[in-house]
Amino acid sequence: MLAFLIKRTANAVFVMLAVALLAFVIFRFFGDPVEMMVNEQATQSDRAELRERLGLNDSFATQYGRFVVNAVQGDFGISYRNQQDVMVLIGERFPATFELVLVATVISLVVGIPLGVITAVHHKSRLANLLQLGSIIGVSLPSFVVGILLILAFSVSLGWLPAFGRGETVDIGWWSTGLLTPSGRAALVLPAISLSTFQITLVMRLVRAEMLETLRADYVKFARARGVPRGRINWVHALRNCLMPVITLTGMQIGNLIAFALVTETVFQWPGMGLLFIQAVTFVDIPVMAAYLLLVSFIFVALNTLVDVTYAWVDPRLRDDSVKAGGANG
Amino acid sequence: MADISMTSDPKTIATDATTEPVRRTRFAALRQTDLWHSFTNHPSAVFAVCLLALVALTALLAPVITPQDPYDLASLVLWNAEIPPIWNAEGQWPYLLGTDTQGRDILSAILYGSRISLVIGFASVIVALAVGLSLGLIAGYVGGWVDNVIMRIGDVLLSMPFILIAILITAVATASLPAGLKDVLAAPILIIAIAVPSWVQYARTVRASAMVERKKEYVMAARLIRVKPWRIMLHHILPNCLTPILVAATLNFGLAILSEATLSFLGVGMPPDQPSLGTLIRIGNQYLFSGLWWIVVFPAVQLCLIVLSVNMIGDWLRDALNPKLR
Amino acid sequence: MTIRHLLLASVAVAGLAGGAEAQNVLKWGANRDIGSLDPYSYGDSFTINVLNHVYEGLVRYNADLEIEPALAESWEILEDQVTWRFILREGVTFHNGNPFTAKDVVASLERVSHETSPLKGNLPAYVSSEAVDERTVDITLNGTYPLLLNDLTNIHIFDQEWMEENDSLLPTDIGAGTEGYATYNANGTGPFIVESRQPDAKTTFVVNPDWWDEPQHNLDRIELTPVSSAATRVAALLSGEINFTNDAPVQDLPRLAAAPNVEVLEGVDLRTVMIGFPFRDTLSTGEPNPFKDKAVREALYKAIDLELIHEKVMRGKSRVAGATVAPPIPGYAEELDTVPEFDPEAARTLLEEAGVPEGLEFEFNCLSDGLVNEEQFCQAIAAMWSRIGLAPQLDVAPRAVQTPKRTGGTTDVYTLGWATLPMLDAYSPLLQIFHSKEGNSGVFNWGGWSFPELDALIQEAGQELDTETRLALETEALGIVKEEIIMIPLHQQPMAWAVTDEVTEMPLFPDNKPRLWFARVGSEG
Repeated sequence: MLAFLIKRTANAVFVMLAVALLAFVIFRFFGDPVEMMVNEQATQSDRAELRERLGLNDSFATQYGRFVVNAVQGDFGISYRNQQDVMVLIGERFPATFELVLVATVISLVVGIPLGVITAVHHKSRLANLLQLGSIIGVSLPSFVVGILLILAFSVSLGWLPAFGRGETVDIGWWSTGLLTPSGRAALVLPAISLSTFQITLVMRLVRAEMLETLRADYVKFARARGVPRGRINWVHALRNCLMPVITLTGMQIGNLIAFALVTETVFQWPGMGLLFIQAVTFVDIPVMAAYLLLVSFIFVALNTLVDVTYAWVDPRLRDDSVKAGGANG
Repeated sequence: MADISMTSDPKTIATDATTEPVRRTRFAALRQTDLWHSFTNHPSAVFAVCLLALVALTALLAPVITPQDPYDLASLVLWNAEIPPIWNAEGQWPYLLGTDTQGRDILSAILYGSRISLVIGFASVIVALAVGLSLGLIAGYVGGWVDNVIMRIGDVLLSMPFILIAILITAVATASLPAGLKDVLAAPILIIAIAVPSWVQYARTVRASAMVERKKEYVMAARLIRVKPWRIMLHHILPNCLTPILVAATLNFGLAILSEATLSFLGVGMPPDQPSLGTLIRIGNQYLFSGLWWIVVFPAVQLCLIVLSVNMIGDWLRDALNPKLR
Repeated sequence: MTIRHLLLASVAVAGLAGGAEAQNVLKWGANRDIGSLDPYSYGDSFTINVLNHVYEGLVRYNADLEIEPALAESWEILEDQVTWRFILREGVTFHNGNPFTAKDVVASLERVSHETSPLKGNLPAYVSSEAVDERTVDITLNGTYPLLLNDLTNIHIFDQEWMEENDSLLPTDIGAGTEGYATYNANGTGPFIVESRQPDAKTTFVVNPDWWDEPQHNLDRIELTPVSSAATRVAALLSGEINFTNDAPVQDLPRLAAAPNVEVLEGVDLRTVMIGFPFRDTLSTGEPNPFKDKAVREALYKAIDLELIHEKVMRGKSRVAGATVAPPIPGYAEELDTVPEFDPEAARTLLEEAGVPEGLEFEFNCLSDGLVNEEQFCQAIAAMWSRIGLAPQLDVAPRAVQTPKRTGGTTDVYTLGWATLPMLDAYSPLLQIFHSKEGNSGVFNWGGWSFPELDALIQEAGQELDTETRLALETEALGIVKEEIIMIPLHQQPMAWAVTDEVTEMPLFPDNKPRLWFARVGSEG
């Protein structure tokens, strides 16, 4: 087990170093940082001097080493656009994205699991077919279209819910939360729904597939034979068996949801990391882009490694270096 | 979402549909297969195929059937801007679905836009397939450090969210290109941006299959009689994992179209003078409240219909080809 | 801190937030955020305008855009004609309680005119300053210069002690890799105090109870929220999440005006939108540059249907311009404000005579986050040019991407909007755009033109203390600009603000600058 743990961690570290290399290459070679920093009146010698001071004349390996050392300490430099410390900027935005992703995940589980069970249990019924069709529509609707439609319906026409922003927030230490105020909760509703549509269908389909399999298992047949009520078999015994894959999927999807939140955040002007990233992209604010890429990849890799290790701990057969399905498509 | 469909071992999925030895005409042969049987019994699949065929046909024939070439700047006349759809009192022939703020015919823009969306989606799947299958075969067949390098690169790509890689590639590429090349290269950049993160999935599937097959006796035998390695790969290993790859490719086709639309919506995709469906929605979104609903609604509907039909076909394929669910 | 304490603290904060509802809050939805809390770190009008609520200059514009005393009470030009003496206002304090004195003025002027300051061009004639006593400052210029007061309206005064304590005496040096203290902290003398700032999310200001001037506003708080999507901004206004925007999209004005709770404030901005030409020897494609030929520039001018753009793209809200400055700007003359006839046939002939090949490719550089409906009018103009046989390559991207190409001269034809701010005088575009590029002059001369006769006139105007003579010189210079078609003026762009019925007073200014110290909010709101 220890060997497996070390191997997995080493793997994760390697992956992160490679992502850092990618971030660094983007950082260093696309969009000359000097051009972004100087103002219109700067002379050629001003530029050369700034280049020297920024260490842009050092060798590639030296610069990459410095980038990694700084990144590990959370130092990504100063945003070209806001002239603020990048890590502070991202730290301020993290709670907004996290709360959005958290609520979207909860919605996807609360809605997705029952729908999945229903479609599996009433397999081939009209309701199940309808729900199946609904789930295909769910994965086919682009989330920005869903967002636009929600704004059109609930903000513009009905005027029930806010169309943008986070509402009032309350600071608890460095964490700013919108969950404690009525306007903060109201502002969360539409973005969370829009972000969770895809995830709901994902959970629903997974639960359905797992349930169909479980319902054929021997112990379910025995339970039926012994006269255990159907509802109890379906919703307690069988469902419990499907939960582990669902939790795994949810854990692994959190990284994807954080990344995908950038679309939702753009539509709803939600002041999270994703909006920061998209603004950084349009302004070619490379320190912010690099930091965001590394941070999201770190969360992603950490969650995946955690899931792998947990699984290996539960099921020793998996400690063998076998093929595992990747989950990078969101 | 594709990972769910991929969890089953490729070996357990029967490939009877493609290998059944029935002679007579090809069509008749097709009608004998389980696949055909399943198809005709799934009205949603028939509907989806017809819909997609219609979209593809109109997109293909766009230059012939549309009243305007929306990419030819000289054909846009500002006087014709913001005409509502034809059934509206102020509608004008030949602008069936109205015009946008530049005088661009919406129907023409949608058909041309669908063409871009379909081409980018299709091409990115093909590129990802070509790269993924070849790298996967090589990795699985050759093994050793080659395998290690290829799969590590795959690990790195999978450790970054799909959409993030695509945004970074397009953003970096467009920012560093001169304006003259931007228009020409916008579509190829998007194709690569979407293909880069998605080849890994195919590579992993085919590699797993190759690793199993290469230890089998017939491959050993083939090697002994000096059959070229690529022949072994193409003729023996690849056919074994075609089914899951077909399903994944279909579903990824839908995903690729969605990704292109998302990138264009975010403003890092197709430029406004050769709009894809996503670009049209992005532009139309600015006029959501000005009463110009047709600029955003029609492209959005078309986009949803395309992705929906592709996903329905993919879903049906997966169920039809998976014996466990039959 | 225990969890119990945490909860109590959060309840207390929530209580406060609830209390804030009863206050007079101006919820301002802007189309973008300010770049920094440091007005000197970012050469950008919007940032400076917003920060003018926190920082003030020695003088300011009043409601009629005339210069009136602010932190300085009076001033005079000394006998040498190049030194100006300012007598400062008494009893003014900064937000941190420090008194305002002459050394604050000297330190601020030194900071803004420092080598590395992006705003040094805003104070072009400055040489040095000296604190004569607590309340008297002498400013020495490099010659006679008529427009110092105009320049000083937007030179914000910092507290010298505060800058010294926080190591901010020099402009923020981004190359040093550290944050500037003044980037996210502010300490001015203005009517509002910065309460909190989250870049791109929200910046809040509270009223300064110790402001030296008699407040005409009744605001307790200002909440500035950037909402970059036009549609979202409209939705937010309709639903009352914001009660003021200084950028109501022109295409949505009918809908906003029809809403019972919204009032639209419209006007024509001072900003003149222009198209600039390259004057280098070759185009970005490497081909010889035909735009050096005046006939070709004229052809492009004649090919643009200005009325149509006014009507359709600007929805009749703009003002078609013939001159490169707007009518209210000193130096403007009506006889310059004429537009050539729209005549694509004549344009084609001109191109043929000039030997311009059919299908000539050139870059047309526009901003996606720049002027009002810029993306749309650029597309429309590109279409009009392609109809006379040219092949403009439209390049639309954000300002941050386009600016290096424009200043570096690697693009061809481009757009530029110029409002003459903060100078409010025709000398501003003459010096910064139309003068040859040398020293502080011609900073925005991106095409690289040089007309010695024009330069001489501009320099003469820049030293003329008699206003009438100076304006005549400026008008003459603008005449050369028009005659040579250095740039094509398109229109003065529309300006549209919108408020909900919570806001009872919001004066609209032709310089498109919100001055919220004149705003009032209904107390029931």
